[in-house]
Amino acid sequence: MSVADIIFYVFAVVVVSAGFMTVISRNPVHSVLWLILAFLSSAGLFVLLGAEFVAMLLVIVYVGAVAVLFLFVVMMLDIDFAELRAQMARYIPIAGLIGVVILMQLGMVFGNWHVAETAEAARAAVTPAVDEVHNTAALGQLIYDDYIYLFQAAGLILLVAMIGAIVLTLRHRTDVKRQDILAQIYRDPATAMELKDVKPGQGL
Amino acid sequence: MEELLREYLPILIFLGTAIALGIVLILAAVIVAVRNPDPEKLSAYECGFNAFDDARMKFDVRFYLVAILFIIFDLEIAFLFPWAVSFGTIGMVGFWSMMVFLAVLTIGFAYEWKKGALEWE
Repeated sequence: MSVADIIFYVFAVVVVSAGFMTVISRNPVHSVLWLILAFLSSAGLFVLLGAEFVAMLLVIVYVGAVAVLFLFVVMMLDIDFAELRAQMARYIPIAGLIGVVILMQLGMVFGNWHVAETAEAARAAVTPAVDEVHNTAALGQLIYDDYIYLFQAAGLILLVAMIGAIVLTLRHRTDVKRQDILAQIYRDPATAMELKDVKPGQGL
Repeated sequence: MEELLREYLPILIFLGTAIALGIVLILAAVIVAVRNPDPEKLSAYECGFNAFDDARMKFDVRFYLVAILFIIFDLEIAFLFPWAVSFGTIGMVGFWSMMVFLAVLTIGFAYEWKKGALEWE
């Protein structure tokens, strides 16, 4: 067994056990932290496969951004842990039913799994060998040229996500004063103040 | 393949060292430190008052908006990396497809700025 094999087994065991802990943790925040560990270990697995770019994406996007979003959601839910634990028993039957259904679906998928005869050839043709071209460079040669429509569609989806997030969550509060920098810059003494000549002994 | 993994060996060693150091520090605390447990040490301290409320409370939804916008630009950056690495070989089509992609996201950015989503009240 080479060093790479040992490292693979270490990462694989960590991924599976972290996933298991994600499911069984009582505290949702701990669940998210276990999930982050699972993401990091799967990044290690991707590096072992030679897919460095995917590993980097996993660390940057999933650990850096999605996990933070999960933490926000978990903290925004305002969970009362004692109440949650009390309700757990009520939902166990339906949760078990859903679990069994998903398990059966997975079993059906793997039972009917056929590999197309041309699949291996199609896979081999897409990217050059890892030894010849760097992983990230191989991706770059494909995405922007051969898959230009999908790439532009990805851009449009990001645009829709941006606009959707703003439309759904942005609400301006009217009870706070906001700073209007342009108005501040264009203020001049002539409009901002008024000089009054006050005679001695008299008020205004 | 072997070559690629060899390049990652320093990171693995670093990871191992970090984990080992963490374990050593925890174990040292368990073995050496003086332990004098008291429930008051773990209770919330709020300037002499009893704690009014649980520390767990609802966040403003704005944090969520900022996080989502961050993820979107994070993904945009992720698309830039392979483009930059293979810049010499992708030719004009690759260059202009990235320019269009950036233009689309710039429209989104302008929308977001104009809407005031980047400002905190």
